[in-house]
Amino acid sequence: MNFKFQISNEKFKRVRETRICHFQFFIRNLKFLLLLTLACTRGPSPQEHLKFWGLGHEGEVVAQMLPEFERRTGIRVDVQQIPWSAAHEKLLTAYVGDATPDVAQMGNTWIPEFKAVGSLEPLDPFLMRSTIRQSDYFPGIWATNVVDNTVYGVPWYVDTRVMFYRTDLVPKPPRTWTEWVAEMQHVKDLRPNNYAILLPTNEYEQVEILAIGNGATLLNPSGTEGAFHDPHFVQALQFYVDMFRRGYAPVLSNTQVANVYQGFAQGDFAMYITGPWNVGEFRKRLPPTMNGRWMTTPMPAPRADLYPGTSMAGGASLIIFRDSKKKDAAWKLIEFLSEPAQQIRFYELTQDLPAHRDAWKVPAVANDPPLAAFRVQLEHVAPLPRVPEYEQIATDVAEDQEAVVRGRMTIEQMVADLDAKANRTLEKRRWVLARATSR
Amino acid sequence: MGPGAGDVAMNERRAAILFLAPGLAIILLFFLLPVGASLLLSITDFDIYALADVHNVRVIAFRNYSQLLGDALFWKALGNTLYFAAVGGPLTVIVSLAMALLVNAKTARWKPLFRTIYFAPVVTTVVAVAVVWKYLYHPKFGLFNRGLELLHIPPIDFLGDPHWAMPAIILLSIWKNFGYTMIIFVAALQAIPEELYEAARIDGANAIQQFRHVTLPMLGPTFVFVGIITAIGFLQLFPEPYVMTGGGPVNATLSVVMLMYEQGFKFWKMGYAAAVAFLLFLVIGLATLLQLKAQKARV
Repeated sequence: MNFKFQISNEKFKRVRETRICHFQFFIRNLKFLLLLTLACTRGPSPQEHLKFWGLGHEGEVVAQMLPEFERRTGIRVDVQQIPWSAAHEKLLTAYVGDATPDVAQMGNTWIPEFKAVGSLEPLDPFLMRSTIRQSDYFPGIWATNVVDNTVYGVPWYVDTRVMFYRTDLVPKPPRTWTEWVAEMQHVKDLRPNNYAILLPTNEYEQVEILAIGNGATLLNPSGTEGAFHDPHFVQALQFYVDMFRRGYAPVLSNTQVANVYQGFAQGDFAMYITGPWNVGEFRKRLPPTMNGRWMTTPMPAPRADLYPGTSMAGGASLIIFRDSKKKDAAWKLIEFLSEPAQQIRFYELTQDLPAHRDAWKVPAVANDPPLAAFRVQLEHVAPLPRVPEYEQIATDVAEDQEAVVRGRMTIEQMVADLDAKANRTLEKRRWVLARATSR
Repeated sequence: MGPGAGDVAMNERRAAILFLAPGLAIILLFFLLPVGASLLLSITDFDIYALADVHNVRVIAFRNYSQLLGDALFWKALGNTLYFAAVGGPLTVIVSLAMALLVNAKTARWKPLFRTIYFAPVVTTVVAVAVVWKYLYHPKFGLFNRGLELLHIPPIDFLGDPHWAMPAIILLSIWKNFGYTMIIFVAALQAIPEELYEAARIDGANAIQQFRHVTLPMLGPTFVFVGIITAIGFLQLFPEPYVMTGGGPVNATLSVVMLMYEQGFKFWKMGYAAAVAFLLFLVIGLATLLQLKAQKARV
């Protein structure tokens, strides 16, 4: 084949020349940048220089807290801010490329995975001689940082889900699943064309909260096989599906809900299971007429003696990378950020719920009514299975639950399918564990 | 042939090898070796456990491929990618040809200016462009919805609606890419001898007939080239959805390369990701072959 592109035109050459000009401009800027970085890297000796990766908004505001740490310890901290959307791959590739920072913030559900690749420093030796005491933390949250009886992270801020509800439509917040159904029926009787609760069909959190609240473990104790056939899970799933069958919840995924806040204000639904960030969002986005007409309550329990029900343990922790050469300095930074005073300051800067129980005693937190339910709930949280593969298994749960809600699958089929998928996903884990024990 | 002639041939061959060596070495080092390595990777289960200990890698033959072919997400990604390429590719070629004809028209003024303007998006960084277009598509404040508002059409959440997200990305890609193929078309148009048009005019052909019977046939080889590079480029859709939608909503803009990136760098399932890469390689190879065949049949 012959392509003849005689680009003989003078004018086109000019286009190319402008590109070259751009390039030269870029080079000049590059030189400037290089000089700038050289200027910045001069400073205290490398011994007292920590690299800290913070994620999203937290990474942005933490810089304001560090001057005090630097003054106290003489250790300089370089904060690098990483957007949440790229954080997971950035941390993983940093480990593979031998370019990890000393300390990092990490979503606590990622800890099992980063432990599995061998990138995290065990923290037990540091904890033995430290101001950080496990008893100051919520047990369920602390547990997310423990893999195979070893501690790999210290909770920085916490997150869980509770029920937000309309006080005018739900006069008495439910404490048990039976009361919950009665309340939903009540709302439905009042306004037959509206719904009682919003459960976005593509979010797995609701099913998992109901399941762990009902005592389901989701996987077997060693985390090598699915345990979705467990009656505790099946029962919880049945309860979830019934909320759609009885017309309490609309069959909508969260992309189909145009505006949750508007829907809540209009009374399209009266209950919504969601996290602490929505306390601020509800205040900001609900119309003023909604003032005093909504509140939060801990999750209802399957039986009265189990109240409050269990919810999931979320949040972020601070970890030390195994390759760090300044682990003692890194630990000092973690201790500093874990001090109650700093936890309070961090709450003021971010509105993220503090991990340290003492920080909950300050008036700003203790006297904020919607936070009270979170305070109660945080004593009753449990981690999701701590295996690296769980994130993938959770997306299978979301996919299948949507199929059941939309009537494309039965509960029995879903349970069998989830177990089959989980067993396939965990095949490598079983093999690795079997190999480790045979050696 | 005497011995002297043989020596000359020998020397020439040696010289040829010497001149080719740097190029071949680069191709070997930066193309063939990585391709071979990733082909090998695709028959292993290299994953995060392998990061902890290399002995955790197993050779699993074609299990990645069979698993991939049974993965609904892969078919979704492939479907999205083919939709993007099948709609966006031809549209880009048509738009760029139309623009090339306009820019090259005898009556057109300010030719260099227009050529530069149309070419500008090509040399702009795709990430920067995607960020700006994200604002243009904003459901409340975006320029497109401002326009719809003037026409009394309710706003469309272009990037948030599963039906609109892909068309929105196609529109951006056409705008971003047509300048490059336009320049190629301009060059090809200028290479068509003026005598052909003269002869056609003497035979009484009007402008449309001249276009159909002179311009289009003379552009034949250019179409093959443009079609192939456009298809290759469009089948590798990645930065636009990565920046603008993250593959959503509900995987409506998840492309094959994006799936590969997520499997590879998010979940670190390198073996699986390498298998995705190879299947995409096969799809692109097939698309190229089909186009070459189709052109051969026509020319």
